[in-house]
Amino acid sequence: MRAGAVIVGGGQAGFEAAASLRSEGFQERITIVGEEPHLPYQRPPLSKGFVLDTHGLDEIELRPAAFYEQHRIDLIVGERVVELDRQARHIRVASGASIPYDALVLAVGARNRTLPVDGAELDGVLFLRTLDESREIKTRLQDARDVVVVGGGFIGLELAAVARSLGKTVTVIEAQARLMPRVVAPVISEFYDRLHGGRGVNVLCGSTVTEIVGDGRKVRAVTTARGRTFPADLVLVGIGVIPNVELAQGAGLRVGNGISVDDRLRTSDDAIYAIGDCAEHPNTYAGGRIRLESVQNACDQARSVAASIIGRSAPYSALPWFWTDQYDVRLQMAGISQKYDRVATRGSIDAQKFSVFYFRDERLVAVDSVNRPADHMIARRLLASRTAITPEQAGDETVDLKKIGR
Amino acid sequence: MPTVVFVLPTGESRAVDVPPGTTLMNAAVKHGVDGIIGECGGVCMCATCHVYVRAEFLDRLPPIKDTEEAVLEVTNAERLPNSRLSCQIKMTDALDGLTVDVPPSQR
Repeated sequence: MRAGAVIVGGGQAGFEAAASLRSEGFQERITIVGEEPHLPYQRPPLSKGFVLDTHGLDEIELRPAAFYEQHRIDLIVGERVVELDRQARHIRVASGASIPYDALVLAVGARNRTLPVDGAELDGVLFLRTLDESREIKTRLQDARDVVVVGGGFIGLELAAVARSLGKTVTVIEAQARLMPRVVAPVISEFYDRLHGGRGVNVLCGSTVTEIVGDGRKVRAVTTARGRTFPADLVLVGIGVIPNVELAQGAGLRVGNGISVDDRLRTSDDAIYAIGDCAEHPNTYAGGRIRLESVQNACDQARSVAASIIGRSAPYSALPWFWTDQYDVRLQMAGISQKYDRVATRGSIDAQKFSVFYFRDERLVAVDSVNRPADHMIARRLLASRTAITPEQAGDETVDLKKIGR
Repeated sequence: MPTVVFVLPTGESRAVDVPPGTTLMNAAVKHGVDGIIGECGGVCMCATCHVYVRAEFLDRLPPIKDTEEAVLEVTNAERLPNSRLSCQIKMTDALDGLTVDVPPSQR
């Protein structure tokens, strides 16, 4: 290797891939090309502590600038990669320079899905993915009074909790029949509906936004399909993301719901890998191909790809886990719950401390824990070791889960 | 400014000045202390900032909460009676000189 490893994307996956390559003994050049004009940083606080000012910028940067020098990682920020030439094995950035690679890692992430209604471009309609967008939301929240959140997923609900804790009037509009419908069971959706309702948030499920109304350029209200209008001086939209496949697609790599990779996270070109939010990968816990948007997935895939580049390739097999913090309630998720056919609940929903165990064909496939951190950690072990457990055991508090399978 | 000493598995000591209110994990990451990772950003999800606290400082630390206790169950290196997550220890003047051992592995 001469040109070394080039990583496109300066998010947590890209950073972790570079750091892992070095810590695993990779001696060649490592280059990260990031589009945002910042050192690589963590995204989870952007919808929580960073907006509330409990996390400062220096706490969310993954490493200080000196780290990259010390570890001989060439960090290029504020540069967009516009072309991938697989024959010549180089990438070209917007400012014109070409960067050769021996191994290329696409950690290009995803971008926000836009809201296809009139008024979505009005001043005061904000989306959240980047540090700059989070800063803008933080600034705008200071003077806002009526906040409408479009989308009742993790990002929308975390922002709703933040806005409400700052004393704003908050309405959440979710198109599906319940909150976080793609990822949690109805019992958890209902819990979060009551949680937000109890804090004074107006939660509307099964409601579609049809128009954002402005006063000149400035947002004034949000209208739904049922003809209801909600005043708004700030609209926060969190309705999911679209993976950034264009660079890969333009180079003729296989893409699906993301950049398609095999179990070594290799694309259809042996010298090119894809990891993190953009990678559609085979996942044993999902029982098929999936694309995951999480810190765990970003970091574990980054380490896996570093091992592959170094020549110690092994199938990617990490257990997916996620979390969301809303008010003082933490939801921790382990495994992939989709396609479950039975659930068992452990603990007390009223006491706001419970876990939902998801089963498919009598096998445990996922566990969601609300303020039950011990259950979550045990669940990770049970799932990763494929330990047999019955719904009856899961739901019975007199059964010590720590002892199961040991 | 109070100082924390991280003793690495190699035996090397790294003294780091930590502003009061900053967590040990953040300070370690900021100063490039090898072996303290903090993958989840300090929210008790990942167990990659595990440290062993020297005995003489143990009773000066804040008590272990449920979230930390749960994560300490899954540390990569063996959990010992003096195991803590460094993201859950905020620096104070009273902790000046705090000495912790970095475990041989975090994941």
